[in-house]
Amino acid sequence: MSTVTPLDVARVREDFPTLTTPFHGKPVIYLDSAVSNLVPTPVVARMAHYQSYEHTNVHRGVSTLSQEATDRFEEAREKVRAFINAPSTRQVIWTRGTTEAINLVAQTFGRQKVHAGDEILLSAMEHHANIVPWQLLAEERGATIKVIPMNDDGELLLDELDGLLTDRTRILAVTHVSNVMGTINPVKEIIRRAHAKGVPVLVDGAQSVPHLPVDVQDLDADFFVFSGHKLSGPTGIGVLYGRLELLEAMPPWQGGGSMILSVTWEKTTFIGLPGKFEAGTPAIAQAIGLGAAIDYVQALGLDNIAAHEHELLVYATERLRAIPGLRIIGNAKAKASVLSFVLDGIHPHDIGSILDHDGIVVRAGHHCAQPLMKRLGLPATTRASLSYFSTRADVDALVAGILKCQEIFQ
Amino acid sequence: MSDPRELYQQVILEHNKKPRNFGDLDTCTHQAHGLNPLCGDDITLKLVVEDGIVQDIRFQGHGCAISKASSSLMTVNVKGKPVADAQVLVDQFRAMIRGTLDTATDANVLGRLSLFQGVKDLPSRVKCAVLPWATLHSALEGVETVSTE
Repeated sequence: MSTVTPLDVARVREDFPTLTTPFHGKPVIYLDSAVSNLVPTPVVARMAHYQSYEHTNVHRGVSTLSQEATDRFEEAREKVRAFINAPSTRQVIWTRGTTEAINLVAQTFGRQKVHAGDEILLSAMEHHANIVPWQLLAEERGATIKVIPMNDDGELLLDELDGLLTDRTRILAVTHVSNVMGTINPVKEIIRRAHAKGVPVLVDGAQSVPHLPVDVQDLDADFFVFSGHKLSGPTGIGVLYGRLELLEAMPPWQGGGSMILSVTWEKTTFIGLPGKFEAGTPAIAQAIGLGAAIDYVQALGLDNIAAHEHELLVYATERLRAIPGLRIIGNAKAKASVLSFVLDGIHPHDIGSILDHDGIVVRAGHHCAQPLMKRLGLPATTRASLSYFSTRADVDALVAGILKCQEIFQ
Repeated sequence: MSDPRELYQQVILEHNKKPRNFGDLDTCTHQAHGLNPLCGDDITLKLVVEDGIVQDIRFQGHGCAISKASSSLMTVNVKGKPVADAQVLVDQFRAMIRGTLDTATDANVLGRLSLFQGVKDLPSRVKCAVLPWATLHSALEGVETVSTE
Protein backbone atom coordinates (compact mmCIF):
# COMPACT_ATOMS: atom_id res chain seq x y z
CA MET A 1 0.00 0.00 0.00
CA SER A 2 1.44 3.31 -1.01
CA THR A 3 1.36 6.21 1.41
CA VAL A 4 -1.13 8.98 0.83
CA THR A 5 0.01 12.55 0.24
CA PRO A 6 -2.61 15.31 0.54
CA LEU A 7 -3.40 16.87 -2.83
CA ASP A 8 -2.43 20.49 -3.35
CA VAL A 9 -5.95 21.28 -4.45
CA ALA A 10 -5.38 25.03 -4.84
CA ARG A 11 -2.59 24.24 -7.32
CA VAL A 12 -4.67 21.59 -9.09
CA ARG A 13 -7.57 24.01 -9.56
CA GLU A 14 -5.32 26.33 -11.56
CA ASP A 15 -5.36 23.67 -14.28
CA PHE A 16 -9.11 24.12 -14.76
CA PRO A 17 -10.07 27.45 -16.36
CA THR A 18 -13.74 26.56 -15.83
CA LEU A 19 -13.11 26.85 -12.08
CA THR A 20 -11.04 30.03 -12.19
CA THR A 21 -12.98 32.04 -14.79
CA PRO A 22 -16.38 33.59 -14.02
CA PHE A 23 -19.19 32.22 -16.17
CA HIS A 24 -22.11 34.62 -16.70
CA GLY A 25 -20.48 36.74 -14.02
CA LYS A 26 -20.22 34.04 -11.35
CA PRO A 27 -17.60 31.51 -10.31
CA VAL A 28 -18.49 27.96 -11.30
CA ILE A 29 -18.86 25.40 -8.52
CA TYR A 30 -18.56 22.19 -10.47
CA LEU A 31 -20.20 19.27 -8.68
CA ASP A 32 -21.02 17.29 -11.79
CA SER A 33 -17.89 15.26 -12.57
CA ALA A 34 -19.98 12.08 -12.78
CA VAL A 35 -21.75 13.46 -15.85
CA SER A 36 -18.46 14.46 -17.45
CA ASN A 37 -15.33 15.63 -15.74
CA LEU A 38 -13.52 18.86 -16.50
CA VAL A 39 -10.41 18.59 -18.64
CA PRO A 40 -7.18 20.05 -17.21
CA THR A 41 -5.07 22.36 -19.38
CA PRO A 42 -2.15 19.90 -19.78
CA VAL A 43 -4.56 17.44 -21.43
CA VAL A 44 -6.00 20.14 -23.69
CA ALA A 45 -2.45 21.27 -24.53
CA ARG A 46 -1.36 17.74 -25.42
CA MET A 47 -4.28 17.34 -27.83
CA ALA A 48 -3.71 20.79 -29.33
CA HIS A 49 -0.03 19.98 -29.83
CA TYR A 50 -0.86 16.72 -31.56
CA GLN A 51 -3.48 18.36 -33.74
CA SER A 52 -1.22 21.32 -34.60
CA TYR A 53 2.12 19.59 -35.18
CA GLU A 54 1.83 15.81 -35.29
CA HIS A 55 -1.44 14.97 -36.97
CA THR A 56 -2.05 12.74 -39.91
CA ASN A 57 -3.82 9.41 -40.16
CA VAL A 58 -2.47 6.40 -38.25
CA HIS A 59 -1.50 2.92 -39.44
CA ARG A 60 -1.27 4.22 -43.01
CA GLY A 61 1.52 5.16 -45.34
CA VAL A 62 5.27 5.30 -44.99
CA SER A 63 5.76 8.95 -44.09
CA THR A 64 7.66 9.78 -40.94
CA LEU A 65 4.74 11.97 -39.90
CA SER A 66 2.35 9.03 -40.17
CA GLN A 67 4.74 6.74 -38.32
CA GLU A 68 5.12 9.19 -35.46
CA ALA A 69 1.36 9.83 -35.23
CA THR A 70 0.93 6.07 -35.04
CA ASP A 71 3.57 5.87 -32.31
CA ARG A 72 1.84 8.54 -30.21
CA PHE A 73 -1.52 6.81 -30.73
CA GLU A 74 -0.11 3.44 -29.68
CA GLU A 75 1.72 4.97 -26.72
CA ALA A 76 -1.68 6.11 -25.47
CA ARG A 77 -2.90 2.53 -25.76
CA GLU A 78 0.05 1.39 -23.67
CA LYS A 79 -0.84 4.02 -21.04
CA VAL A 80 -4.35 2.58 -20.83
CA ARG A 81 -2.95 -0.95 -20.62
CA ALA A 82 -0.75 -0.03 -17.68
CA PHE A 83 -3.54 2.03 -16.07
CA ILE A 84 -5.88 -0.97 -15.80
CA ASN A 85 -3.07 -3.56 -15.67
CA ALA A 86 -4.19 -5.40 -18.80
CA PRO A 87 -1.76 -8.14 -19.84
CA SER A 88 -1.34 -6.80 -23.38
CA THR A 89 -2.18 -3.79 -25.56
CA ARG A 90 -3.83 -6.30 -27.91
CA GLN A 91 -6.59 -6.42 -25.30
CA VAL A 92 -7.16 -2.65 -25.26
CA ILE A 93 -9.69 -1.67 -27.94
CA TRP A 94 -10.53 1.97 -28.61
CA THR A 95 -14.23 2.78 -28.74
CA ARG A 96 -16.22 6.01 -28.71
CA GLY A 97 -17.00 5.45 -25.06
CA THR A 98 -18.50 3.05 -22.54
CA THR A 99 -21.77 2.84 -24.45
CA GLU A 100 -20.10 1.82 -27.69
CA ALA A 101 -17.90 -0.70 -25.88
CA ILE A 102 -20.93 -2.43 -24.36
CA ASN A 103 -22.74 -2.43 -27.71
CA LEU A 104 -19.65 -3.97 -29.30
CA VAL A 105 -19.63 -6.81 -26.78
CA ALA A 106 -23.40 -7.34 -27.00
CA GLN A 107 -23.35 -7.50 -30.79
CA THR A 108 -20.30 -9.73 -31.19
CA PHE A 109 -19.77 -11.85 -28.09
CA GLY A 110 -23.47 -11.60 -27.24
CA ARG A 111 -24.64 -12.76 -30.66
CA GLN A 112 -22.20 -15.66 -30.51
CA LYS A 113 -23.30 -16.87 -27.11
CA VAL A 114 -26.88 -15.79 -26.50
CA HIS A 115 -29.68 -17.83 -28.06
CA ALA A 116 -33.41 -18.45 -27.52
CA GLY A 117 -34.20 -19.23 -23.91
CA ASP A 118 -30.85 -17.99 -22.59
CA GLU A 119 -30.47 -15.45 -19.83
CA ILE A 120 -28.53 -12.20 -19.45
CA LEU A 121 -27.95 -11.13 -15.86
CA LEU A 122 -27.79 -7.41 -14.99
CA SER A 123 -28.12 -5.50 -11.72
CA ALA A 124 -30.78 -3.20 -10.28
CA MET A 125 -28.49 -0.18 -10.52
CA GLU A 126 -27.41 -0.21 -14.16
CA HIS A 127 -27.14 2.85 -16.38
CA HIS A 128 -29.22 2.65 -19.57
CA ALA A 129 -25.93 2.01 -21.42
CA ASN A 130 -25.67 -1.33 -19.64
CA ILE A 131 -29.35 -2.20 -20.10
CA VAL A 132 -30.50 -1.22 -23.57
CA PRO A 133 -27.76 -3.02 -25.62
CA TRP A 134 -28.65 -6.23 -23.75
CA GLN A 135 -32.37 -5.71 -24.24
CA LEU A 136 -31.84 -5.28 -27.98
CA LEU A 137 -29.85 -8.51 -28.01
CA ALA A 138 -32.38 -10.35 -25.85
CA GLU A 139 -35.21 -9.29 -28.13
CA GLU A 140 -33.32 -10.34 -31.23
CA ARG A 141 -32.45 -13.73 -29.72
CA GLY A 142 -35.53 -14.51 -27.66
CA ALA A 143 -33.46 -14.38 -24.48
CA THR A 144 -34.47 -13.10 -21.04
CA ILE A 145 -33.02 -10.31 -18.89
CA LYS A 146 -32.70 -11.08 -15.19
CA VAL A 147 -31.76 -8.59 -12.50
CA ILE A 148 -29.72 -8.84 -9.28
CA PRO A 149 -31.83 -6.95 -6.72
CA MET A 150 -30.56 -4.46 -4.13
CA ASN A 151 -31.47 -3.35 -0.63
CA ASP A 152 -32.77 0.12 0.28
CA ASP A 153 -29.25 1.34 1.02
CA GLY A 154 -28.30 0.64 -2.60
CA GLU A 155 -26.24 -2.52 -2.06
CA LEU A 156 -26.65 -5.54 -4.31
CA LEU A 157 -28.10 -8.62 -2.61
CA LEU A 158 -25.28 -11.05 -3.18
CA ASP A 159 -27.22 -13.78 -1.39
CA GLU A 160 -29.49 -13.85 -4.42
CA LEU A 161 -26.66 -14.00 -6.93
CA ASP A 162 -25.99 -17.73 -6.88
CA GLY A 163 -29.67 -18.48 -7.50
CA LEU A 164 -29.75 -16.05 -10.43
CA LEU A 165 -26.72 -17.63 -12.10
CA THR A 166 -28.31 -20.57 -13.91
CA ASP A 167 -27.13 -22.93 -16.61
CA ARG A 168 -28.85 -20.58 -19.09
CA THR A 169 -26.92 -17.46 -17.99
CA ARG A 170 -24.63 -16.45 -20.85
CA ILE A 171 -23.24 -13.19 -19.46
CA LEU A 172 -23.42 -11.04 -16.35
CA ALA A 173 -23.00 -7.29 -16.90
CA VAL A 174 -22.67 -5.12 -13.82
CA THR A 175 -21.56 -1.62 -12.97
CA HIS A 176 -18.48 -1.19 -10.80
CA VAL A 177 -19.75 2.05 -9.24
CA SER A 178 -23.37 3.27 -9.37
CA ASN A 179 -23.63 6.58 -11.22
CA VAL A 180 -26.65 7.50 -9.09
CA MET A 181 -25.80 6.29 -5.58
CA GLY A 182 -22.03 5.95 -5.66
CA THR A 183 -22.22 2.35 -4.46
CA ILE A 184 -18.94 0.50 -5.06
CA ASN A 185 -20.06 -2.98 -5.99
CA PRO A 186 -17.94 -5.96 -4.87
CA VAL A 187 -17.22 -6.89 -8.47
CA LYS A 188 -14.29 -9.15 -7.62
CA GLU A 189 -16.56 -11.33 -5.50
CA ILE A 190 -19.35 -11.16 -8.09
CA ILE A 191 -16.90 -12.28 -10.79
CA ARG A 192 -15.61 -15.11 -8.58
CA ARG A 193 -19.13 -16.44 -8.11
CA ALA A 194 -20.07 -16.02 -11.77
CA HIS A 195 -16.92 -17.83 -12.87
CA ALA A 196 -17.73 -20.67 -10.48
CA LYS A 197 -20.82 -21.18 -12.66
CA GLY A 198 -18.91 -20.63 -15.89
CA VAL A 199 -20.50 -17.23 -16.57
CA PRO A 200 -18.37 -14.42 -18.08
CA VAL A 201 -18.66 -10.93 -16.60
CA LEU A 202 -18.59 -7.47 -18.16
CA VAL A 203 -17.79 -4.66 -15.70
CA ASP A 204 -18.98 -1.14 -16.52
CA GLY A 205 -16.14 0.97 -15.17
CA ALA A 206 -17.38 4.38 -16.40
CA GLN A 207 -17.80 5.62 -12.82
CA SER A 208 -15.04 3.60 -11.14
CA VAL A 209 -11.88 4.55 -13.01
CA PRO A 210 -12.19 8.22 -11.99
CA HIS A 211 -12.27 7.25 -8.30
CA LEU A 212 -10.49 3.93 -7.70
CA PRO A 213 -7.36 2.19 -8.92
CA VAL A 214 -8.50 -0.67 -11.19
CA ASP A 215 -6.64 -3.88 -11.94
CA VAL A 216 -8.54 -5.98 -14.47
CA GLN A 217 -6.40 -9.04 -13.80
CA ASP A 218 -6.92 -8.85 -10.06
CA LEU A 219 -10.68 -8.45 -10.66
CA ASP A 220 -10.48 -11.32 -13.16
CA ALA A 221 -12.92 -9.38 -15.39
CA ASP A 222 -13.76 -10.85 -18.79
CA PHE A 223 -14.65 -7.42 -20.15
CA PHE A 224 -14.00 -4.02 -18.58
CA VAL A 225 -15.24 -0.84 -20.25
CA PHE A 226 -14.88 2.87 -19.53
CA SER A 227 -15.00 6.35 -21.06
CA GLY A 228 -12.28 8.95 -21.37
CA HIS A 229 -14.42 11.93 -20.47
CA LYS A 230 -15.26 10.82 -16.93
CA LEU A 231 -11.51 10.58 -16.31
CA SER A 232 -10.73 14.18 -17.29
CA GLY A 233 -10.06 13.14 -20.86
CA PRO A 234 -12.00 14.23 -23.93
CA THR A 235 -15.36 12.91 -25.13
CA GLY A 236 -15.48 10.56 -28.10
CA ILE A 237 -12.96 8.06 -26.75
CA GLY A 238 -13.42 5.01 -24.55
CA VAL A 239 -11.95 1.61 -23.93
CA LEU A 240 -12.95 -2.01 -24.17
CA TYR A 241 -10.67 -4.40 -22.35
CA GLY A 242 -11.34 -8.09 -22.95
CA ARG A 243 -9.90 -11.45 -22.06
CA LEU A 244 -7.64 -12.48 -24.92
CA GLU A 245 -9.29 -15.77 -25.88
CA LEU A 246 -12.74 -14.14 -25.89
CA LEU A 247 -11.64 -11.20 -28.07
CA GLU A 248 -9.87 -13.55 -30.46
CA ALA A 249 -12.95 -15.73 -30.86
CA MET A 250 -15.30 -12.78 -31.40
CA PRO A 251 -16.17 -11.75 -34.96
CA PRO A 252 -15.39 -8.19 -36.10
CA TRP A 253 -18.09 -5.65 -35.35
CA GLN A 254 -17.88 -2.75 -37.78
CA GLY A 255 -16.20 -3.31 -41.12
CA GLY A 256 -14.06 -0.88 -43.08
CA GLY A 257 -10.54 0.35 -43.54
CA SER A 258 -7.76 -0.45 -41.05
CA MET A 259 -9.28 -3.71 -39.82
CA ILE A 260 -8.58 -5.85 -42.90
CA LEU A 261 -5.71 -8.06 -43.96
CA SER A 262 -6.90 -8.37 -47.54
CA VAL A 263 -10.08 -7.63 -49.46
CA THR A 264 -11.26 -9.26 -52.64
CA TRP A 265 -14.76 -9.38 -54.08
CA GLU A 266 -14.97 -12.96 -52.91
CA LYS A 267 -13.55 -12.78 -49.42
CA THR A 268 -12.13 -10.39 -46.83
CA THR A 269 -9.74 -11.45 -44.12
CA PHE A 270 -9.15 -9.42 -40.98
CA ILE A 271 -6.14 -8.35 -38.99
CA GLY A 272 -5.66 -9.47 -35.42
CA LEU A 273 -6.24 -7.63 -32.17
CA PRO A 274 -6.80 -4.85 -31.43
CA GLY A 275 -7.25 -3.59 -35.01
CA LYS A 276 -9.94 -6.16 -35.80
CA PHE A 277 -12.39 -4.04 -33.80
CA GLU A 278 -11.19 -0.65 -34.99
CA ALA A 279 -12.65 0.01 -38.42
CA GLY A 280 -12.07 3.40 -39.98
CA THR A 281 -10.00 6.36 -38.85
CA PRO A 282 -9.97 6.37 -35.06
CA ALA A 283 -10.30 9.31 -32.68
CA ILE A 284 -6.54 9.92 -32.65
CA ALA A 285 -6.30 13.21 -30.77
CA GLN A 286 -8.85 11.91 -28.26
CA ALA A 287 -6.88 8.72 -27.65
CA ILE A 288 -3.72 10.76 -27.09
CA GLY A 289 -5.76 13.08 -24.85
CA LEU A 290 -6.95 10.11 -22.80
CA GLY A 291 -3.33 9.02 -22.46
CA ALA A 292 -2.48 12.52 -21.20
CA ALA A 293 -5.41 12.41 -18.76
CA ILE A 294 -4.07 9.13 -17.37
CA ASP A 295 -0.65 10.78 -16.97
CA TYR A 296 -2.33 13.67 -15.18
CA VAL A 297 -4.29 11.62 -12.63
CA GLN A 298 -1.36 9.28 -12.09
CA ALA A 299 0.90 12.24 -11.35
CA LEU A 300 -1.61 13.32 -8.69
CA GLY A 301 -1.69 9.74 -7.46
CA LEU A 302 -4.76 7.50 -7.65
CA ASP A 303 -4.53 6.71 -3.93
CA ASN A 304 -4.21 10.42 -3.12
CA ILE A 305 -7.27 11.16 -5.26
CA ALA A 306 -9.26 8.39 -3.58
CA ALA A 307 -8.27 9.65 -0.12
CA HIS A 308 -9.16 13.27 -0.93
CA GLU A 309 -12.51 12.35 -2.43
CA HIS A 310 -13.36 10.03 0.45
CA GLU A 311 -12.61 12.71 3.03
CA LEU A 312 -14.85 15.15 1.12
CA LEU A 313 -17.59 12.54 0.74
CA VAL A 314 -17.63 12.02 4.51
CA TYR A 315 -17.78 15.78 5.07
CA ALA A 316 -20.53 16.30 2.45
CA THR A 317 -22.55 13.38 3.80
CA GLU A 318 -22.42 14.81 7.34
CA ARG A 319 -23.40 18.30 6.20
CA LEU A 320 -26.26 17.09 3.99
CA ARG A 321 -27.59 14.71 6.64
CA ALA A 322 -27.90 17.65 9.01
CA ILE A 323 -30.40 19.40 6.71
CA PRO A 324 -34.00 18.72 7.83
CA GLY A 325 -36.15 17.33 5.02
CA LEU A 326 -33.16 16.06 3.04
CA ARG A 327 -32.72 12.37 2.35
CA ILE A 328 -29.54 10.90 0.87
CA ILE A 329 -30.27 8.25 -1.75
CA GLY A 330 -27.74 5.45 -1.52
CA ASN A 331 -26.13 4.66 1.82
CA ALA A 332 -23.91 1.75 0.86
CA LYS A 333 -21.02 1.01 3.17
CA ALA A 334 -18.61 1.25 0.23
CA LYS A 335 -19.23 4.46 -1.70
CA ALA A 336 -17.43 6.61 -4.23
CA SER A 337 -17.83 10.39 -4.07
CA VAL A 338 -21.26 10.55 -5.72
CA LEU A 339 -24.09 11.93 -3.59
CA SER A 340 -27.72 11.78 -4.65
CA PHE A 341 -30.42 13.34 -2.52
CA VAL A 342 -34.05 14.38 -2.48
CA LEU A 343 -35.71 17.23 -0.58
CA ASP A 344 -39.24 17.05 0.84
CA GLY A 345 -41.66 18.94 -1.39
CA ILE A 346 -39.08 20.23 -3.88
CA HIS A 347 -38.54 18.56 -7.22
CA PRO A 348 -34.91 17.99 -8.27
CA HIS A 349 -35.32 20.13 -11.40
CA ASP A 350 -36.34 23.09 -9.28
CA ILE A 351 -33.34 22.46 -7.02
CA GLY A 352 -31.09 22.24 -10.08
CA SER A 353 -32.35 25.56 -11.44
CA ILE A 354 -31.99 27.40 -8.14
CA LEU A 355 -28.49 26.00 -7.58
CA ASP A 356 -27.59 26.89 -11.16
CA HIS A 357 -28.47 30.48 -10.45
CA ASP A 358 -25.64 30.50 -7.90
CA GLY A 359 -23.22 28.86 -10.33
CA ILE A 360 -23.52 25.43 -8.68
CA VAL A 361 -23.52 22.73 -11.35
CA VAL A 362 -25.24 19.47 -10.34
CA ARG A 363 -27.27 16.87 -12.20
CA ALA A 364 -31.02 16.71 -11.62
CA GLY A 365 -33.04 13.97 -13.21
CA HIS A 366 -33.21 10.22 -13.67
CA HIS A 367 -29.48 9.92 -14.46
CA CYS A 368 -30.12 7.51 -17.37
CA ALA A 369 -31.14 4.89 -14.80
CA GLN A 370 -34.94 4.76 -14.99
CA PRO A 371 -35.29 1.16 -13.73
CA LEU A 372 -33.25 2.12 -10.65
CA MET A 373 -35.41 5.22 -10.14
CA LYS A 374 -38.50 2.99 -10.26
CA ARG A 375 -36.93 0.66 -7.68
CA LEU A 376 -36.25 3.66 -5.46
CA GLY A 377 -39.78 4.95 -6.01
CA LEU A 378 -38.48 8.31 -7.20
CA PRO A 379 -38.94 10.15 -10.49
CA ALA A 380 -35.59 11.90 -10.09
CA THR A 381 -32.85 12.90 -7.68
CA THR A 382 -30.35 15.72 -7.43
CA ARG A 383 -26.80 14.46 -7.66
CA ALA A 384 -23.59 16.14 -6.56
CA SER A 385 -20.41 14.38 -7.61
CA LEU A 386 -17.07 15.29 -6.08
CA SER A 387 -13.76 15.15 -7.91
CA TYR A 388 -10.11 15.57 -6.98
CA PHE A 389 -10.37 19.34 -7.46
CA SER A 390 -13.45 19.66 -5.24
CA THR A 391 -13.18 21.42 -1.89
CA ARG A 392 -15.04 21.82 1.38
CA ALA A 393 -15.97 25.31 0.18
CA ASP A 394 -17.78 23.68 -2.78
CA VAL A 395 -19.73 21.50 -0.36
CA ASP A 396 -20.53 24.53 1.82
CA ALA A 397 -21.85 26.37 -1.25
CA LEU A 398 -24.03 23.37 -2.06
CA VAL A 399 -25.43 23.34 1.47
CA ALA A 400 -26.16 27.08 1.30
CA GLY A 401 -27.87 26.55 -2.08
CA ILE A 402 -30.05 23.77 -0.67
CA LEU A 403 -31.08 25.98 2.25
CA LYS A 404 -32.00 28.68 -0.25
CA CYS A 405 -34.22 26.21 -2.13
CA GLN A 406 -35.99 25.40 1.12
CA GLU A 407 -36.40 29.08 1.92
CA ILE A 408 -37.97 29.76 -1.50
CA PHE A 409 -40.27 26.75 -1.27
CA GLN A 410 -41.17 27.09 2.42
CA MET B 1 -34.15 35.95 -14.73
CA SER B 2 -32.05 37.87 -12.25
CA ASP B 3 -33.24 35.86 -9.27
CA PRO B 4 -35.01 32.50 -9.04
CA ARG B 5 -37.50 34.12 -6.67
CA GLU B 6 -38.92 36.03 -9.65
CA LEU B 7 -39.97 32.78 -11.24
CA TYR B 8 -40.88 30.86 -8.12
CA GLN B 9 -43.58 33.29 -7.11
CA GLN B 10 -46.24 32.51 -4.54
CA VAL B 11 -48.90 31.58 -7.12
CA ILE B 12 -46.61 29.03 -8.77
CA LEU B 13 -45.51 27.58 -5.42
CA GLU B 14 -49.11 27.39 -4.24
CA HIS B 15 -50.32 25.60 -7.40
CA ASN B 16 -47.34 23.23 -7.07
CA LYS B 17 -48.34 22.38 -3.52
CA LYS B 18 -52.08 22.18 -4.18
CA PRO B 19 -52.61 21.55 -7.87
CA ARG B 20 -56.16 22.16 -9.13
CA ASN B 21 -58.00 19.57 -11.22
CA PHE B 22 -55.46 16.94 -10.24
CA GLY B 23 -56.63 13.35 -10.64
CA ASP B 24 -58.35 10.97 -13.01
CA LEU B 25 -61.62 11.14 -14.98
CA ASP B 26 -63.74 7.98 -15.28
CA THR B 27 -64.87 8.88 -18.76
CA CYS B 28 -63.42 11.36 -21.17
CA THR B 29 -63.72 12.39 -24.80
CA HIS B 30 -60.08 13.42 -25.27
CA GLN B 31 -56.83 12.38 -23.63
CA ALA B 32 -53.10 12.52 -24.18
CA HIS B 33 -49.92 11.47 -22.45
CA GLY B 34 -47.05 13.96 -22.37
CA LEU B 35 -43.46 12.93 -21.69
CA ASN B 36 -40.26 14.85 -21.31
CA PRO B 37 -37.70 12.06 -21.77
CA LEU B 38 -34.80 14.31 -20.82
CA CYS B 39 -35.95 14.79 -17.25
CA GLY B 40 -38.70 12.20 -16.89
CA ASP B 41 -41.61 14.62 -16.44
CA ASP B 42 -44.80 12.79 -17.17
CA ILE B 43 -48.39 14.06 -17.48
CA THR B 44 -51.65 12.37 -18.41
CA LEU B 45 -54.40 14.76 -19.40
CA LYS B 46 -58.09 13.87 -19.79
CA LEU B 47 -60.89 16.10 -21.02
CA VAL B 48 -64.62 15.98 -21.45
CA VAL B 49 -65.57 18.14 -24.43
CA GLU B 50 -69.29 18.62 -25.16
CA ASP B 51 -70.79 20.99 -27.70
CA GLY B 52 -67.35 22.47 -28.33
CA ILE B 53 -66.88 23.36 -24.65
CA VAL B 54 -64.24 21.92 -22.30
CA GLN B 55 -66.69 20.74 -19.61
CA ASP B 56 -64.10 18.98 -17.49
CA ILE B 57 -60.34 18.52 -17.44
CA ARG B 58 -58.00 16.64 -15.09
CA PHE B 59 -54.29 15.88 -15.06
CA GLN B 60 -52.08 13.33 -13.32
CA GLY B 61 -48.36 12.63 -13.28
CA HIS B 62 -45.21 13.96 -11.79
CA GLY B 63 -42.88 16.81 -12.54
CA CYS B 64 -41.20 19.87 -11.14
CA ALA B 65 -42.94 22.91 -9.67
CA ILE B 66 -42.90 24.67 -13.03
CA SER B 67 -44.59 21.82 -14.91
CA LYS B 68 -47.05 21.09 -12.12
CA ALA B 69 -48.07 24.72 -11.65
CA SER B 70 -48.26 25.16 -15.42
CA SER B 71 -50.57 22.13 -15.63
CA SER B 72 -52.72 23.30 -12.76
CA LEU B 73 -53.12 26.85 -14.03
CA MET B 74 -53.77 25.54 -17.52
CA THR B 75 -56.69 23.42 -16.37
CA VAL B 76 -58.15 26.35 -14.44
CA ASN B 77 -57.86 28.54 -17.52
CA VAL B 78 -59.44 26.19 -20.07
CA LYS B 79 -62.16 24.58 -17.97
CA GLY B 80 -65.57 25.81 -19.13
CA LYS B 81 -64.10 27.52 -22.18
CA PRO B 82 -64.76 26.79 -25.87
CA VAL B 83 -62.14 24.59 -27.50
CA ALA B 84 -61.30 27.44 -29.86
CA ASP B 85 -60.41 29.65 -26.88
CA ALA B 86 -58.25 26.87 -25.42
CA GLN B 87 -56.36 26.68 -28.69
CA VAL B 88 -55.74 30.44 -28.57
CA LEU B 89 -54.30 30.02 -25.06
CA VAL B 90 -52.05 27.20 -26.30
CA ASP B 91 -50.73 29.41 -29.09
CA GLN B 92 -50.24 32.48 -26.90
CA PHE B 93 -48.59 30.51 -24.07
CA ARG B 94 -46.12 28.96 -26.49
CA ALA B 95 -45.43 32.36 -28.08
CA MET B 96 -44.78 33.86 -24.64
CA ILE B 97 -42.30 31.11 -23.74
CA ARG B 98 -40.61 31.42 -27.15
CA GLY B 99 -40.27 35.14 -26.50
CA THR B 100 -42.33 36.21 -29.52
CA LEU B 101 -45.17 37.52 -27.35
CA ASP B 102 -44.47 40.01 -24.56
CA THR B 103 -47.39 39.98 -22.15
CA ALA B 104 -46.57 43.50 -20.99
CA THR B 105 -46.92 45.08 -24.43
CA ASP B 106 -48.72 42.66 -26.78
CA ALA B 107 -52.45 41.99 -26.76
CA ASN B 108 -53.17 38.64 -25.13
CA VAL B 109 -55.66 36.69 -23.06
CA LEU B 110 -53.11 34.92 -20.86
CA GLY B 111 -53.94 36.75 -17.62
CA ARG B 112 -52.23 35.06 -14.70
CA LEU B 113 -50.50 32.66 -17.04
CA SER B 114 -48.09 35.51 -17.75
CA LEU B 115 -46.40 34.47 -14.47
CA PHE B 116 -44.52 31.94 -16.57
CA GLN B 117 -42.99 34.58 -18.82
CA GLY B 118 -39.68 34.36 -16.86
CA VAL B 119 -39.23 30.78 -18.06
CA LYS B 120 -38.17 32.10 -21.47
CA ASP B 121 -34.87 33.13 -19.86
CA LEU B 122 -34.28 29.58 -18.58
CA PRO B 123 -33.87 27.46 -21.71
CA SER B 124 -33.44 24.31 -19.65
CA ARG B 125 -36.90 24.77 -18.13
CA VAL B 126 -38.89 25.77 -21.20
CA LYS B 127 -39.98 22.19 -21.79
CA CYS B 128 -41.26 21.90 -18.21
CA ALA B 129 -43.62 24.85 -18.66
CA VAL B 130 -44.72 23.89 -22.16
CA LEU B 131 -45.30 20.14 -21.58
CA PRO B 132 -48.91 20.46 -20.30
CA TRP B 133 -49.79 22.83 -23.14
CA ALA B 134 -48.26 20.56 -25.76
CA THR B 135 -50.22 17.71 -24.19
CA LEU B 136 -53.46 19.71 -24.29
CA HIS B 137 -52.86 20.54 -27.94
CA SER B 138 -52.32 16.86 -28.72
CA ALA B 139 -55.39 15.77 -26.81
CA LEU B 140 -57.53 18.25 -28.73
CA GLU B 141 -55.95 17.14 -32.01
CA GLY B 142 -56.51 13.48 -31.18
CA VAL B 143 -52.83 12.57 -30.77
CA GLU B 144 -52.44 10.33 -27.72
CA THR B 145 -48.73 10.58 -26.90
CA VAL B 146 -46.55 13.62 -27.15
CA SER B 147 -42.92 14.18 -26.33
CA THR B 148 -41.24 17.52 -25.90
CA GLU B 149 -37.98 16.19 -27.31
